[in-house]
Amino acid sequence: MNGGQDLGGTHGHGPVEPEANEPVFHAEWEKRAFALTLAMTAPGGWNIDMGRFARENRPPGEYLSMTYYQIWLAALEHMAKEGGLVSDDEIEAGHSLQPPKPVRRILLPGDVAKVLYRGGPTERDTNTKPIFGVGDRVRAKNINPLTHTRLPRYVRGHVGTIERVIGCHVFPDSNAHGGGENPQWLYTVRFDGPELWGADSDATIKVSVDAWEPYLSPAT
Amino acid sequence: MSGHEHDHHDHDHSELSETQLRVRALESVLTEKGYVDPAALDLLIETYEKKVGPRNGARVVAKAWVDPAYRARLLKDATPAIAEIGYAGRQGEHIVALENTPKLHNMVVCTLCSCYPWPVLGLPPVWYKSAPYRSRAVADPRGVLADFGVTLPKDTEIRIWDSTSEIRYLVLPMRPAGTEGWSEEKLVELVTRDSMIGTGLPKSPKDLAK
Repeated sequence: MNGGQDLGGTHGHGPVEPEANEPVFHAEWEKRAFALTLAMTAPGGWNIDMGRFARENRPPGEYLSMTYYQIWLAALEHMAKEGGLVSDDEIEAGHSLQPPKPVRRILLPGDVAKVLYRGGPTERDTNTKPIFGVGDRVRAKNINPLTHTRLPRYVRGHVGTIERVIGCHVFPDSNAHGGGENPQWLYTVRFDGPELWGADSDATIKVSVDAWEPYLSPAT
Repeated sequence: MSGHEHDHHDHDHSELSETQLRVRALESVLTEKGYVDPAALDLLIETYEKKVGPRNGARVVAKAWVDPAYRARLLKDATPAIAEIGYAGRQGEHIVALENTPKLHNMVVCTLCSCYPWPVLGLPPVWYKSAPYRSRAVADPRGVLADFGVTLPKDTEIRIWDSTSEIRYLVLPMRPAGTEGWSEEKLVELVTRDSMIGTGLPKSPKDLAK
């Protein structure tokens, strides 16, 4: 979706302000919101792409005026409610008011280290061959789905070069919306600065995105 | 929207009680229903507050600086090379190491959210997740570097990697001059978090003496 999250090349956000000796968390609630988000993927059964869509799927003004953990919290509440795990009444009351929904599993303390170490690899076996090879010129398609995509607006319609054939990976555009993993070939595509930002832009910069095959068409 | 990220701390504070109460309420409900075990939450927090952070990445970089065979393995396939020293997993399932040279400077961003190589750098700082960085890194990297007090030669190529997939990027900065013969342990002290994102450079021996 062309939402508030798709920030590359937008203006007016001011300077980057690094914080000296920044703590990992800035408030107690941030710690809990972070940990709840990670832990709830077990009973919730949602995947990382569903999580990303739940975060970005809100009015841009709202997205841009929330802190990052506020966005995480809002997405967690949304997914938990949508999954029938909690209700607004219960969050208002701060207590469980209905019996729990049966869930497949929960994250147990003894499994935390193992689960984090394993992570969630997204590379999948395939019988298909990649259409593009290193050095090929490709155009990022001009797509504007209302749904989740990982093709940022600032590269759409522009021509770049395949720098690396990464492998066959879970396709977020499907996976975020219950369409299954639908693995697709993934490439690193490099664009020249002036191709993206115009003839008078810095010619010494090159920008790459990782793009799945359905995002690309041949440019020759 | 201009300036809202400026005020993110004030913003946090003004809404702290409301958000704090909301998180507490949600945690209570989820715990009472048996969906989460609070002891698991404590462990998750402890892991990323105490155990996993940029010190991990600094060890990878320092080892690459002293051990050419390790450096070659890291640049060829970083995920197993990093796992050799014990770092792997969530948000670092597929890592690529990017080598800085006198002619090429690498910088990493996630314009669409906050993708960041957790096993080697820990959780991202606020600025990395913020609109100013995400918007400008891909279009005006020299301007962003100036915000960090970094100026590169005009003819240095700047290569920006937008983390749009589950590939995570770790910059391998250049080993600072004047560190010949230094031990790996001592070199670790020179490797800053920002030098592994590409928004900074490693400390010099002079910086370390300060």
